[in-house]
Amino acid sequence: MCLKRKDLFCVAIIGFHRAVPMTELSAHLPQFQHGQLTENFPDNHLSNTNDNSERRRHDNSERRRNDNPESETNGQPQNRAQQVVEQDEEDEELTLKYGAKHVIMLFAPVTLCMVVVVATIKSVSFYTRKDGQLIYTPFTEDTDTVGQRALNSILNAAIMISVIIVMTILLVVLYKYRCYKVIHGWLIISSLLLLFFFSFIYLGEVFKTYNVAMDYITLALMIWNFGVVGMICIHWKGPLRLQQAYLIMISALMALVFIKYLPEWTAWLILAVISVYDLVAVLCPKGPLRMLVETAQERNETLFPALIYSSTMIWLVNMAEEDPEAQRKASKSSTYDKQAAANQIQNEDADMDDGGFNPEWEQQRNSRIGPLESTPESRAAVQALPSNSQASEDPEERGVKLGLGDFIFYSVLVGKASATASGDWNTTLACFVAILIGLCLTLLLLAIFKKALPALPISITFGLVFYFATDNLVQPFMDQLAFHQFYI
Amino acid sequence: MTLAVFFGCTFIAFGPALGLFLFTVLRDPLRIIILIAGAFFWLVSLLLSSLVWFIAVKASDPGDEPLQKGLLIFGVLFSVLLQEAFRFLYYKLLRKAIEGLVALSEDGCSPISIQQMAYVAGLGFGLMSGAFSMINLLADALGPGTVGIHGDSQLYFLTSAFMTMVMIFLHTFWGILFFHGCETQHWWEMAAVILTHLIVSGSTFWNPLYVGSLVPSYLLMFATGAWAYVLSGGCTQNLLQSLRAERDKPPARILRVHQELSPSAAPCLPCPPSGAVSWDLQLPSLQYHFSLLEWGSPDLSLLEAGVRGLLQPGSSQQTV
Repeated sequence: MCLKRKDLFCVAIIGFHRAVPMTELSAHLPQFQHGQLTENFPDNHLSNTNDNSERRRHDNSERRRNDNPESETNGQPQNRAQQVVEQDEEDEELTLKYGAKHVIMLFAPVTLCMVVVVATIKSVSFYTRKDGQLIYTPFTEDTDTVGQRALNSILNAAIMISVIIVMTILLVVLYKYRCYKVIHGWLIISSLLLLFFFSFIYLGEVFKTYNVAMDYITLALMIWNFGVVGMICIHWKGPLRLQQAYLIMISALMALVFIKYLPEWTAWLILAVISVYDLVAVLCPKGPLRMLVETAQERNETLFPALIYSSTMIWLVNMAEEDPEAQRKASKSSTYDKQAAANQIQNEDADMDDGGFNPEWEQQRNSRIGPLESTPESRAAVQALPSNSQASEDPEERGVKLGLGDFIFYSVLVGKASATASGDWNTTLACFVAILIGLCLTLLLLAIFKKALPALPISITFGLVFYFATDNLVQPFMDQLAFHQFYI
Repeated sequence: MTLAVFFGCTFIAFGPALGLFLFTVLRDPLRIIILIAGAFFWLVSLLLSSLVWFIAVKASDPGDEPLQKGLLIFGVLFSVLLQEAFRFLYYKLLRKAIEGLVALSEDGCSPISIQQMAYVAGLGFGLMSGAFSMINLLADALGPGTVGIHGDSQLYFLTSAFMTMVMIFLHTFWGILFFHGCETQHWWEMAAVILTHLIVSGSTFWNPLYVGSLVPSYLLMFATGAWAYVLSGGCTQNLLQSLRAERDKPPARILRVHQELSPSAAPCLPCPPSGAVSWDLQLPSLQYHFSLLEWGSPDLSLLEAGVRGLLQPGSSQQTV
């Protein structure tokens, strides 16, 4: 294993701008009449910032533990003497162990999102009914010849991708020129639309499916509560689990909209092209997402809130302020005090404000290595916590983050597979496993390369390969086997 | 076909596997990953074997029924061989992973042993195999219809569920056997796995004569289960003790105690002749010989209590 020397990494995935495509009501209106619509540009990728960890390692090496849950259950003694080991081995070992736990922290929400999408697709027929197309995919697929259909789908995919590229570049430009208010407003409007309008439609369709009678007053109350709590949780503070639940729900809603309004061939093409775009945008030196990441790093700012799913609470990081400028200006001592206090607080809001990166946190940590080590109250606070808190402090602190766009596109793939495949559940299951393995591999690559990585390509490639292979090759085989009741 | 059939068949087929998953795999992230990767490997093997079958079918005359059935049988056998090949590949991958984990750990001990990996990998193979066999049937069981209306067997769903359960168990045991064979270079174990797999799949060619397929499969399952249990270090004493244990402590606790004292020991517990674990502890001035008084409850506190109980009154007490 040629893992390089590295430290605990913060797997941060650049936020992904949720798509709010036009609904059926506005299918024919040009985009700008709505003015508030946001676009979908998947700058999904994983990244890690481990530079800060290099410094932290020095003072935290004695606090490093290798007693994580797996070693406990497998018989390792819990309290080891503080061993001074090679920095390399320690880092790599911790990386791997850290990696397994955080892979699972991503598996769970991705699985949940997919389950919600597949359950909805299977039960609510609204999302598999053809009710027109988005304005971004103007060419129909109900053509006479296969060639015409292929051409139309290619054109649709091209239009959609160009829209996405334009929107991404617009976002990067806005960010570069510090138009934060515009961006925040944009995000808030898109969240509003998702949390209120799309969930209203979803609820309505679910009620129709199950023939539940509902009055508007109760409905209004439910939607209002759901939406407002969602806005608060996502854009401000809230219990971590609730926040995660809301992010999963809005990803599922978005994925359902895509599944409904994208015709088949277009959908597969868009998935394929978006993975390629993601790869290019994140890895190429002039890619928009890479520039976004680098600009954020230069300015030591966090990226956009509410675009990233975070799997943990941050213990020692205080990112209470939303405003990046205020963060930069925050005095060190005050934030340090808040950090010490934050040790006890389970409900740190910082995970959302933390964006992908925490470069500012990293900077503060770097500058604070001395006091952090010697201040008794922080040690007391940490040591007052349950026994393996010192070990869990590091991994807990650096929870895994995944952009919402990744959730959306994974769910689109699995949802489309369950909606349109002839192999039905076998295909769905195969795509699901393929996506999880792709995610696993991506995280492994992240551990090796330690830089921003796109989360879409590997998973989507596996997903597409397994979809087509299972649907066309495995399904007839399993069908015949089931017919004769043979078992392999 | 009713909800009762659906739930009944689901729990017959997946109940034991679900229990295994919940109680042994779910808590450990590494095991979950190994499980899913095992499922992935099985899936890839299925893909390749169905590719071969598909090509064979497309190249042949679709109207010739016996030929198609013959091709299907060939497909099944080829798939079995390919599954075992992929099990071997997965073993190789896990070996490399263990080497990596060992190299990177602080004390030269991997957080998970190859035996545990073998079990989890086998379970992964089994779960995916069972899922692919059973899920479409379960979905159909929810819908309307009459089983066997055209003269086929009416027990179709039930026997499928039982067959799926036995396949899941078999894959788990095969995993343990196969990996053990690879580890210790006992080629006959690997050959036995391949042979039994072929026999079990071959016995399903007798369906719908279910007695010809289910009975041998279950017998083979018990046989391979017993073999795997013995290979994993179990013995009848363990089994009886665990059944008679007053407190329901999971064996892993015993494992941990044992490893704490002799970290170089294999993860498999030795089988003590008298039913109690005993070891010697050398302290500076005194030598104690103490044993785990109660096999089923290896609490450290209890251990301490037992040690104190063995000390002579009046002598200095040492904390264990």
